Amino acid sequence: MSVKSYRQAFNEAIRQEMERDERVIVMGEDISGGMGAPGEDDAWGGVLGVTKGLMPQFGRERVLDTPISESAFIGCAAGAAATGLRPVAELMFVDFMGVCFDQIFNQAAKFRYMFGGKAVTPLVIRTMYGAGFRAASQHSQCLYPLFTHIPGLKVALPSNAYEAKGLMTQAIRDDDPVVIFEHKAMYDEEMEVPDEAYGIPFGEANVTREGDDVTLVAFGRMVNLANEAADSLSASGITCTVVDPRTTSPLDTETILETVSETGRLVVIDEAHPRCNMATDISALVSQEIFSDLKAPVKMVTSPHCPVPFSPALEDLYIPSTAKIEAAVREVLGKGH
Amino acid sequence: MQLNRDDLKEAYRRMCLIREFEDKVHDEFAAGNIPGFVHLYAGEEASAVGVCMHLEDRDAIASTHRGHGHCIAKGCDAEGMMSEIYGKKDGLCGGKGGSMHIADLSKGMLGANGIVGGGSPLICGAALTAKTLKTGGVAIAFLGDGASNQGTTLESYNLAKVWNLPAIFVVEDNGYAESTASAWSVAGTQTKRAEGFGMPGAEVDGHDFFAVWEVAREAIERARNGEGPSLIHVKLNRYYGHFEGDAITYKGEGEIDKIKATKDCLNLFKQRVIETSLLESDDLSEIETSVKSYIDQCAATATNGSTPTEADLMTDVYLKY
Ligand SMILES: Cc1ncc(C[n+]2csc(CCOP(=O)(O)OP(=O)(O)O)c2C)c(N)n1
Ligand SMILES: [Mg+2]
Repeated sequence: MSVKSYRQAFNEAIRQEMERDERVIVMGEDISGGMGAPGEDDAWGGVLGVTKGLMPQFGRERVLDTPISESAFIGCAAGAAATGLRPVAELMFVDFMGVCFDQIFNQAAKFRYMFGGKAVTPLVIRTMYGAGFRAASQHSQCLYPLFTHIPGLKVALPSNAYEAKGLMTQAIRDDDPVVIFEHKAMYDEEMEVPDEAYGIPFGEANVTREGDDVTLVAFGRMVNLANEAADSLSASGITCTVVDPRTTSPLDTETILETVSETGRLVVIDEAHPRCNMATDISALVSQEIFSDLKAPVKMVTSPHCPVPFSPALEDLYIPSTAKIEAAVREVLGKGH
Repeated sequence: MQLNRDDLKEAYRRMCLIREFEDKVHDEFAAGNIPGFVHLYAGEEASAVGVCMHLEDRDAIASTHRGHGHCIAKGCDAEGMMSEIYGKKDGLCGGKGGSMHIADLSKGMLGANGIVGGGSPLICGAALTAKTLKTGGVAIAFLGDGASNQGTTLESYNLAKVWNLPAIFVVEDNGYAESTASAWSVAGTQTKRAEGFGMPGAEVDGHDFFAVWEVAREAIERARNGEGPSLIHVKLNRYYGHFEGDAITYKGEGEIDKIKATKDCLNLFKQRVIETSLLESDDLSEIETSVKSYIDQCAATATNGSTPTEADLMTDVYLKY
């Protein structure tokens, strides 16, 4: 065990898997950096430094800088995966999926099914998501619901450094295409993380708190906010169960249904826009399966149905906050809370 | 067409305005007064101004993440731009867009762009509008060397050619896309690529305002005459990092200082107009002084401006919903 940042946790997972299996390669824009330039080698290690140090260790044959051509290199990673490599491709910001989505959802995701089970596509796409960086409408979106919608893709949202290492390792070892969502505002968050390699199985939720009154299901960075809200609510005698599903596809419906049955109340926290997101998905699941166990209507805390605004004054209103989560919890508990 | 004294003063004013604007944003960002990401255009002024001096409001341009220079060159209000970059309500986009999304459609400025390669297809659209509605307008995509490798860019070249659109692609090659050298990332050459699509392509020294102005004149004239698209490969340098905060470790020792000392576009312009007696040095210093105080005023307005409020969050998503 040692203290590692969310950034270091991803880096270590990739490094250990590259050491273990030489078919694992990494590619992306400025993933090492300084390509063809007169200055320092490995100048960037990705825009936020996640892959720094991989190129010096593994060489340019396995750590490939790319031109700004997402259709080409994400598609290339899919093709390489289907033919024997295990690429970890970085789509810098998930917003850029617009440039290359065909290669992801029509190609990589569907190979196995369309080809009658003959293809194996161990592709990992790493991508940054989320608001809070004052990065405006085209660099702040969540978009994981769009990927979750596509059969054939697996989608993971690590909520801290421990999760980051385990889910990243699992993704690289998984034989299906996996998209890993890294929240850009979390890279410097630190915690104790094991030094040896470990995977966290997909589709197994993590229950971070157990309580009697309300179940909070939260995704990615929102898990931290849900935990904070739960801590603060406990001061007024309200106890919450907090569920981090870890992956939106596959989704651990069992744990969600079980914990909601126990408390009878559900607040879902999702940083994505409110329509057709994870919150609506979980709400539908719960109302379909365990409607009679509910003591109150389900409440969703999401960002609003508008693009991510630039101005800090607006962005702060846009992102779900612990205050909004606490208010939602009090609301589902009804009068007196 | 020739540049008269007033044109030259206007060109110098716009280039100075961009330089001062960017230097101010650099300082203000370093002081922690500006949120988010900013990508500065300092060093590249002769390209935006050399091209946009030929344009009117009916002509459209699309810009990039490094968009402040294009906005100013195309006539966007610098005070509104500064307020936008500060996230203020009086900003050109109400504080909703920020540095990477400054736009003013009334000036034919279709927006800075956070998506590399996002602009060229839009410019095909603006050119199609000009052609269909016979406005006489042209449409110009400014794009970087990095953006020249996007499928959207290459598809746009083809579309512009097969539809014979009044479109011009200005590839601003500052040698780098983030930390990656264009010498490595661009296969072939920009002008050969143009040739491959059957359109005229010219390479020009982007530190030389007059050279840019001249090749832009030819390309724009062709487009206005219905003779289709062109490409201009502008070779230049950026003075600051890819974004503010970039340590620029990938560049060579003294690389930027050398360019500043020998090829600064403002200095070259100055030398040229004074040597040839087109303008007096008093004309130039007058412009410099007034631009400086105007930019100070822009920053003061932006600093003191009010921030948007909750009532603004959900407006402008649709016209009607
Ligand atoms: C589709 C897309 N891919 C990647 C990025 C990240 N990115 C922003 S600017 C940039 C480099 C652009 O280089 P270039 O086109 O040469 O413009 P310059 O920054 O040099 O002006 C990159 C990779 C992006 N914004 N959009
Ligand atoms: Mg460039």
